[in-house]
Amino acid sequence: MKQIPISKFETDSSASDCCGNDQQKKDCVPPLQPFTIPMVDAVDDDAPCCGPKPGPPSSPYEKPGYRLYHFVKDFAETPVGFIPRIGTSLKGSDIFGTFRARLGVSRDRYRVAPGLYCVGTPDEESPVLVTANYKLSFDSLRQELPGIDAWILVLDTRGVNVWCAAGKRTFSTEEVIRQVHGVGLDKLVSHRELILPQLGAPGISAHKVKKECGFKVIWGPVKAKDLKAFLNNGRKADTYMRQVTFSMGERMVLIPVELSLIVKPSLAILLAVFVLAGISPDIFSFSAAWFRGLNGAAAYLLGVVAGAVIVPTFLPWLPTRQFYIKGLLTGVIAGIIMILLLGSSITRLESVTLLLLATSVSSYAAMNFTGATPYTSPSGVEKEMRQGIPIQIIAVVIAIVTWVAAPFV
Amino acid sequence: MKDFRYLEDVTTLKLDEDKCIGCGMCEVVCPHTVFKMENPKVSIVDRDACMECGACASNCPVEAITVDPGVGCASYIIQKWIKGPDAIIECC
Repeated sequence: MKQIPISKFETDSSASDCCGNDQQKKDCVPPLQPFTIPMVDAVDDDAPCCGPKPGPPSSPYEKPGYRLYHFVKDFAETPVGFIPRIGTSLKGSDIFGTFRARLGVSRDRYRVAPGLYCVGTPDEESPVLVTANYKLSFDSLRQELPGIDAWILVLDTRGVNVWCAAGKRTFSTEEVIRQVHGVGLDKLVSHRELILPQLGAPGISAHKVKKECGFKVIWGPVKAKDLKAFLNNGRKADTYMRQVTFSMGERMVLIPVELSLIVKPSLAILLAVFVLAGISPDIFSFSAAWFRGLNGAAAYLLGVVAGAVIVPTFLPWLPTRQFYIKGLLTGVIAGIIMILLLGSSITRLESVTLLLLATSVSSYAAMNFTGATPYTSPSGVEKEMRQGIPIQIIAVVIAIVTWVAAPFV
Repeated sequence: MKDFRYLEDVTTLKLDEDKCIGCGMCEVVCPHTVFKMENPKVSIVDRDACMECGACASNCPVEAITVDPGVGCASYIIQKWIKGPDAIIECC
């Protein structure tokens, strides 16, 4: 397969060197043939030399109305057009982007354009790897591909990772077929195989893909890091490559997003805690609202930490299989610690409130974490919710009653 | 993944062994090794490890497997309780 010639545009040796010596000029202008008209040298002989040196010219691959992804190195010329060749090492901005997405900051917009990409110098016999257009998925795939020549078909999963997109049916049979036809994959490769990540399987019917577009689905490993071994293994996934894991690191990395999802309801709840704290024999006391409210808010936040941080982190070591009970336990412990710290500064009724609040919040937050694990069945979650939610509701109702009643006794 | 076990006897997974043609696709796609090929057919060897993702059912060419696939997420299930099973729910 032909690669685009990367020839440097010749610069006129008589041109002014107002803004740099030969070395700098060499770094300056390498426009490539297929995409651009020859570039005019930036500096005129008589141009006044002021301010800092201008930056490098636009990349020859840029087009009006498009933005070039920084991970695109150049373009490979193929029978189906120019295909972006991507780099396999992550830059600072990728790592910063991962960090932001993990914190839940504009996570739904962290995407790459769907379609065809390539790594290395693939030819018509090179494998086709399929992935999602969530930038984190795309990055975790490409960083495992140094030294590999492959085509990468990115599905439009609306910026959602493979596993969740398969559950939402955007990583789907129809989308695979649409992309295969859309990029003209049958004109690009001579074989008829697609390698899909195994966690995409809930959304895909391999036999339907084969029937509709002629490509056979090969199920690749769960994790991109096993891809190299998989490809060298005759495209066969060993048992360990086919199983999901849920290590402490894998669990903890999910915590910030879980927390970011409860920020909004938390603000409303905290407001309610402060308002209820102010109800007093004198109708409403702002000082009580503030000082009692602080205790209530602290109990609420402790409950969040106990349920959404402690439970995920220590998941396998906490007793029982039901998440709501794990959360009850960590919540009770958090509540008791808080009551001991506050000592005699609070009444007995108030300590009941704080304990119940921390416990119910923790239990609910822990129960919510079922949605982020790779092993809880919806039937099981529904079953434990039927037990857990009534308990949580009763605890909250008693907490509200004791909270409001405390100043009156 | 053997360290993580969830509730027992809850999964909706069903295998119709009469229909099974022994292609082994379910064994390949299952992330929890619920199935094992025991020639000439497949059998369920670890039923309680099933998380109802639905990969086996959608990849069974003869529809021998059924499972109610779904999202195991609390807020999704609460919304389903409130709005009814057929409601379109934006979640997770």
